[in-house]
Amino acid sequence: MGRFIILVLALAGLWLLLSGYFDVPLLLFFGVVSVLFSAWLAKRAGVLDDDSVPVGLMPRILGYWIWLGGEIGKANLIVMRQALAIEPKLSPKFFKVPNPPKSSVGKATFANSITLTPGTVSIDLRENEILVHGLTEELCDIPAITDMGERVAKAERRS
Amino acid sequence: MSGMIAQLWSDFELARDILSWGCFIFGGLAVIAGSLGLVRFPDFYTRLHAAGVTDTGGAEMILLGMLLQSPTWIVAVKLFFIGAFMFFTSPVATHAIAHSAWMVGFKPLEGPELKYRESVE
Repeated sequence: MGRFIILVLALAGLWLLLSGYFDVPLLLFFGVVSVLFSAWLAKRAGVLDDDSVPVGLMPRILGYWIWLGGEIGKANLIVMRQALAIEPKLSPKFFKVPNPPKSSVGKATFANSITLTPGTVSIDLRENEILVHGLTEELCDIPAITDMGERVAKAERRS
Repeated sequence: MSGMIAQLWSDFELARDILSWGCFIFGGLAVIAGSLGLVRFPDFYTRLHAAGVTDTGGAEMILLGMLLQSPTWIVAVKLFFIGAFMFFTSPVATHAIAHSAWMVGFKPLEGPELKYRESVE
């Protein structure tokens, strides 16, 4: 039930912010009906679990995303330098990093973070590790990527 | 008093313009570098990384620059949503392409030597 209420609140917020109608009662009524209908459909379809409404990650993952933004900026500069260099010094290789988060949302968040960071792409998710393709030696920094995974695991710890 | 407020407001607008110009220039550079890398890098997997630069550095920085220039808050919110949805969906698309290439046995170039060994047999 808690998840249902959170989903309704999130959908209502999205509807209000995207439509921008705050003082047209008829449209607001339609908005309420569509939000409740969508939430009811989600409940009826049985998809109201930790994958679709990841409340466990929610408060602390915001700080992680801001930190990740900085990491993405740094990696962008490295890859841009290689792309613009007269002779790019690439040494692409595959390597494995552990996947510490427990929940499937946490695992997906970590794999997405690896892919979002330019220079590393997650290729394959195994049981407890991720196969990553890295562009240069500098970017194949296994301790740094493991640290990123630890941060995701820390953000989800409470759930 | 009102003169001071007007002064502060114009200072704020100047700072906003400078910040969003910085975002636009960095974003444009990232798009150009990403496109160049897409052409210049030697194989499929390395080209994915160049596309990643266009996805994150390029698109997000240009969106951030537009966000700083938005006239009303409702436009700002919509631009923020566009950026957030790109942030979550673009890595999924990249991973889907990379994973399917890996699953069908597409061979990558490897190693630090500047001469890449031919691996697509």
